[in-house]
Amino acid sequence: MTTFYFEWWFLPKLAQGLVLTVEITAACIAFGFVLGVLLALGRVYGPKLISIPCSIYIHFFRGTPLLTQLFIVYFGLPNWGIHLSAFTSGILALGLNTAAYQAEYFRGAIQAVKGGQMLAARSLGMSRIQAIRYVILPQAFRIVIPSWSNELILMLKYSSIVFSISLLDLMGMGKRIAARYFNYFEVFIVVALFYLVLVFLLSQSLRWLERRVRVPGLGAPGLR
Amino acid sequence: MNALLVVEDVHKRYGKEEVLKGVSFQVEKGETKVIIGPSGTGKSTLLRCINRLTEPDRGRVWLDGVEVTSPKTNINRIRAQIGFVFQDFNLFTHLTALDNVRLGPMRVKGMKKDEATRLAQEELARVGLADKADAYPAELSGGQQQRVSIARALAMNPKLILFDEPTSALDPELIGEVLQVMIKLAQEGMTMVVVTHEMGFARSVADEIIFMEKGVIVEQGPPAQLFSSPKHPRTAEFLRKITELYGGEG
Amino acid sequence: MEFFRQLWEVGRYLPMLLRASTVNLELLGALLVIGFLIGTLVALLQVYGGRFLGTVAYIYEWVFRSVPALVLLFLFYFGPSEFGWYISPFLAASLALGLRSSAYQSQIFRGAIQAIPTGQMLAARALGMSRVQALLHVILPQAFRLAIPGWSNEFSSVVKDTTLAYVVTLNEIMRYAKIIMDRRYDLAMATFIMVALIFLFFTYSGNWLLGQMERRFRIPGLQMPGASGTVL
Repeated sequence: MTTFYFEWWFLPKLAQGLVLTVEITAACIAFGFVLGVLLALGRVYGPKLISIPCSIYIHFFRGTPLLTQLFIVYFGLPNWGIHLSAFTSGILALGLNTAAYQAEYFRGAIQAVKGGQMLAARSLGMSRIQAIRYVILPQAFRIVIPSWSNELILMLKYSSIVFSISLLDLMGMGKRIAARYFNYFEVFIVVALFYLVLVFLLSQSLRWLERRVRVPGLGAPGLR
Repeated sequence: MNALLVVEDVHKRYGKEEVLKGVSFQVEKGETKVIIGPSGTGKSTLLRCINRLTEPDRGRVWLDGVEVTSPKTNINRIRAQIGFVFQDFNLFTHLTALDNVRLGPMRVKGMKKDEATRLAQEELARVGLADKADAYPAELSGGQQQRVSIARALAMNPKLILFDEPTSALDPELIGEVLQVMIKLAQEGMTMVVVTHEMGFARSVADEIIFMEKGVIVEQGPPAQLFSSPKHPRTAEFLRKITELYGGEG
Repeated sequence: MEFFRQLWEVGRYLPMLLRASTVNLELLGALLVIGFLIGTLVALLQVYGGRFLGTVAYIYEWVFRSVPALVLLFLFYFGPSEFGWYISPFLAASLALGLRSSAYQSQIFRGAIQAIPTGQMLAARALGMSRVQALLHVILPQAFRLAIPGWSNEFSSVVKDTTLAYVVTLNEIMRYAKIIMDRRYDLAMATFIMVALIFLFFTYSGNWLLGQMERRFRIPGLQMPGASGTVL
């Protein structure tokens, strides 16, 4: 039986990694949100010339592994003369990936808004774009919150993948310490606990957010 | 204890509300007993206490001399001898009509498959649905579903069948086909306890009618007597209201 | 057009990549079986297991859903070897990803069990079936069908997650892609695009198969409330 090896100074190091994890997650979610909304709008309202490319994008990123996507961005793009830092590559790859998933959630939500809403807005004299901006999207955003919350938590966990391009996020920092002292078990139990707490706090605050913005009578049909 | 079914002083309480406050009655072999009364007076609970789908708090039940309520009794053995027809059918959604009917004989009684199949086909024919053997419940009308569920009960060759408002979930035009099957069963000598609002059925088929209200039996007697000269003012009141509501004899 | 020439050149390595991808598929098979068996058990404990076992099952589900797959992979691969037990990358990955999948599958399956109206259990018990018989012949056959769309989704996500086993040195497709890249850095983009194409094929053909299966097992009137077909 080997003795457990863990020292207190590992903790601030791991906390440092945790900060990077949070940064990357926040950045990729924000990026994915903007791109995702555009993709969803393009797919639902766009003419074929726009909706088909949007659809191909979504299928590509949902149908291939995140690790492959990350390597395409980090190792592949330099072949085309595009050199990005590991940090940027990580955010870009995760962001492109979550955009595809978020787009599908938004599309579902847009389509869940009742048809009469668009008609009513148009009958007030609003343009199509105004109707989308002031009537459809505000409702769709509320409907999408539960699945969007899931996606956010999923990305928090998947962001650990950036350790494979040698970023020192929570996972990467754990790996670095464990590789030096060969105490993987101890370190990664602690890393797991960090993630457990993080996921717990995040899901609780999202639940709180969900209650805050709830509008009576507006929910996703058939979703929870 | 000569009666087939003896119910003695059954009590049931849900939280604060006492749904059954000591109900006793007996059913002879071959008899059809109809239980009537306002909604929420514990009629369905009473039926479920008989085969212990709901556990009574107090009181005892015997079937054919065996105490159903004894903790030593194998309740599954007893239930296999008591058919139960639900208000909302509860046919097994994933099984065809034929499979619904033969599942009990095969799994509970251990009958061979071909024998159970033959039996199930007979029982489906008995309720007039021989041609619907391969249909799934969702492909049948409400009346047809209820007839399949009667066939499912019959296939167990039960000593007694309990009907819990078997026509209440049906559209008016579908009620007749189910009642016809039940009338035929009564004439063939099946022992039945029926909770229903169908007064026409009660009057023409019941050997005895039990009027229940607020968890107790208010009055019981043969239909002719109960309908023409009820002893209790509550019974008279209920019969007047139900006639208004359901348009008389049905 | 330079890129297509490179893609053509990577074609030389295609047999090697495809051979490596069979390791991904084997891992997929192993983790789905582990996930299915344990996931079913966990769901049954959650619904029928009573207070203590139910709570344990919920905690299990919560932990394995909250910890990232990569952390689990490290724990299962490096953990045992630290105590002197050798564990093969394949076994470690099957366990780590399989247990994680069991947590997701238990949620899918629990939802399916809970979507079955209580009348089904009542009717089975009224026929004289024991609780176990009712589960076996009435509840489970319905729940398994109701769970198929959820499983399709779970399949799409775990088939891609098999590449994560790369980090515990399993000789799967990403590992070989990385080897090709290390040899020919100019082919990096083409190589990983090739891997992506292979996975597009896996994901969509798998989904097509599951869609067929769903149609085959479909029974009129039996579906999740509010459900409408499969989503990828």
